[in-house]
Amino acid sequence: MSLLRAENLRFTRAGRDVLAGIELDLEEGELLAVVGPSGSGKTTLLRVLAGLERPDAGEVYLAGRRITDLPPEARDIGLVFQDYALFPHLDVAGNVGFGLYGRAERDRVVKDLLDRFGLTAFARRPVHALSGGQQQRVALARALAPGPRLVLLDEPFSSLDAGLRERVREEVREALKAAGTPALLVTHDQEEALSIADRLAVLHEGQIVQAGPPEEVYLRPKTPFVARFLGHTNLVPGRAEGETARTLLGPVLLAAPARGPVLLSIRPEHLALLPPDAPEGVPGRVVARRYKGHDLTFRVRVGEKNLRVQADYRAPWQPGDAVRVLVREPAAVLSPERYPVLNY
Amino acid sequence: MVRRVLGYLPLAAYLLALALPLAYLPLRALEGGAGPVPWRVLGLTLGLGLAVVLFAFLLAFPLAWLRAASDYPAKRLLDWLAVLPLALPGYVVAYAWLSLGGRGGILPRLEGFWGAWWVLSLYTFPYLYLGLKNAFLSLDASLFEAARSLGERPLSAWRRVVLPLVLPAAAASGLVVFLHVLADFGVVALMRYPTFSYAIYLAYETGLDRARAAWLALWLLALVGLVLVAEGRLGRPRPPARPVRPWGVRLGRWQLLAHLYVALVGLVVLGLPLGILVYWVRQGAGGPGFLALGPALLGSVAAALPAAALAAALALWLGYLIWRYPGQGLWALAAYLGYAVPPVALGLSMIFFSLRAVPFLYQTLFLLVYAYTLHFLAEALGPVRAAYAGISVHLFEAARTLGERPFGAWRRAIWPQLTGAGLAGGLLVFLATVKELPMTLLLAPTGFTTLAIETWSRVEEGLFAQAAPFALALVLVAGLVTGGVAGFWRRI
Repeated sequence: MSLLRAENLRFTRAGRDVLAGIELDLEEGELLAVVGPSGSGKTTLLRVLAGLERPDAGEVYLAGRRITDLPPEARDIGLVFQDYALFPHLDVAGNVGFGLYGRAERDRVVKDLLDRFGLTAFARRPVHALSGGQQQRVALARALAPGPRLVLLDEPFSSLDAGLRERVREEVREALKAAGTPALLVTHDQEEALSIADRLAVLHEGQIVQAGPPEEVYLRPKTPFVARFLGHTNLVPGRAEGETARTLLGPVLLAAPARGPVLLSIRPEHLALLPPDAPEGVPGRVVARRYKGHDLTFRVRVGEKNLRVQADYRAPWQPGDAVRVLVREPAAVLSPERYPVLNY
Repeated sequence: MVRRVLGYLPLAAYLLALALPLAYLPLRALEGGAGPVPWRVLGLTLGLGLAVVLFAFLLAFPLAWLRAASDYPAKRLLDWLAVLPLALPGYVVAYAWLSLGGRGGILPRLEGFWGAWWVLSLYTFPYLYLGLKNAFLSLDASLFEAARSLGERPLSAWRRVVLPLVLPAAAASGLVVFLHVLADFGVVALMRYPTFSYAIYLAYETGLDRARAAWLALWLLALVGLVLVAEGRLGRPRPPARPVRPWGVRLGRWQLLAHLYVALVGLVVLGLPLGILVYWVRQGAGGPGFLALGPALLGSVAAALPAAALAAALALWLGYLIWRYPGQGLWALAAYLGYAVPPVALGLSMIFFSLRAVPFLYQTLFLLVYAYTLHFLAEALGPVRAAYAGISVHLFEAARTLGERPFGAWRRAIWPQLTGAGLAGGLLVFLATVKELPMTLLLAPTGFTTLAIETWSRVEEGLFAQAAPFALALVLVAGLVTGGVAGFWRRI
């Protein structure tokens, strides 16, 4: 039985379905990232799970108990706000100990948490005197202090500098794993979601369109939206004939067998550029080259289509060069979406 | 859903508490059928209102410009100078000027229209000062310069760029001043100039014509309603934007003239009234006035303290609702209705209401405090709302997710940041209540006396020396409270 279960959650605001039937499961000890573009309903989902908003329909269960109508204080669910929402009239220790009762218990837990988060030296500091990374740690420590069954994190790294973000991300993951507290975090940053989560759920227009381990969702996107939202991709139409499909890139191996007209997702790094006299691949011409230091991105024209190709730093091609393009991995077969495909 | 309705209960209760007594006004007024249109009172009131707005504008405009658009050095002083008159009770200022003129005085007797006009302008101009100051502060210097570079002479650049940008704020503040003229009782009563407020009082107290008093009060309410509608049409004054480059006109040699003007205004609005007051205090030292000071002070505090505490508590509650459920502007506006009802009309309706519906409450301290709280709630709501606005709702929600029930979350996460504003709001209501005259006169229990009543009744009889200790006590309370509010305000 999963720890948290959301069934058919609906939430309507001003005539718009912010949540349009969310189905979500979260296992014990798991770190789940819900990723989606802004306006997809991420924050609303967290607020409904935390009990800050009442859904119009649907149920939420925590460890098998129905908590849909419980007020936030009775849920055993911690929440880390995007702006941290630290209490400005309390110092660091006061913030962390806010949800704890009994002096001895509070002192013990606060001391332990401050220690664990490297905040002991700041215990008596006012919260506004801390750096962004430190505030974020205080917010997480505060949410963990009462020992919740689950912690929700709303865009936890969005207010940090890019340089700091990666480090804090690691820290947060380690802290959550050390505490053994399962967590659900929402983010619009696909890279963040892919790198931090045990499992990923993609939210689009109020629905979870795909969920699974990061590699699986990245490599086997089910819809054009998921394919494009999680990274750059080439959408290539073709005709499937079981294990392979005929496309403008020649016969392409499929990740899952299919028949008839299909839309394939081929990631740029799954394409290789070969010299024009190579025995494999299909002929193309380099249209553009973008140098990014650690690697290179090419735009290559094959037939009527411009393809994005990721190559390593050694690739010698220049715009105008003739090359051959080879598909190195099985392509993901996309199912058509109910909703119009958006341009990203 | 149920919770949200429950959350609005206090607001609904407040509105009911206000509407119930007010409903007795038309009831009483129309018992003998509608009266004649009070043309004379209407004309006198409108004339005074317009004249006061005009003069207050002329007084405030140069001050606001100096403060916000020039390099005038003493800007803090200017702010104090232009705000302190608000703390003085109008009838104390009127008393000072009255005692200067007439028999044995150094001026011709100042009364009637000119007296009311002079005194009301001197103590309501701060509203125009504040509005104009904000308008000038948000004005970008480059706008004026752009007009100049496009070929306008300074004067026509003013006319075509500066005035159109400043006038909406001036109009809004002008309406506020107008409302104060409508609501004022003390000044017009002492100057014997029967605008609505005074005419109502005369009809009720002297003429014992209650139907006419109610009828006039109804007209007064209609007039207030019209002004409020006009104010709504103007739209809410925008909060001052940060201009890219604020104005800093260099005064140069004109600075001397500016100093002279500021000194003159300071002398007339603060120095002279206070000086005259001190003179009368020395004249009457040890006289009968001083003996009655104790009971009057006690009475003032006994009425003002519960009203202040009640209003502050109510403001914290209503402020919370407005903060938690934003976008319900109408509800927020409702909280200001009680403030807009002129005290004479509110006091009168309280009398009718208590006599008819709850006779055991007639002439009790409870009814007086009830009326004060309804009327002055908005004064407490001002700082409280501002403080709420600066707090993230997330703090409340964070406390909820950490295990607190709604009230506990408010008390532990929000209230600690509101203490300053709550105290400031309470103090403002305290000051307003101590100064308040017409409702106190109409509703005070027999034998109950306050500083305001003692001051007014003595000045009315021309006993200037005897009135002095009470007036001075009022001014001291006003000074202390204003200082206190300024102190708490900084903590917000």
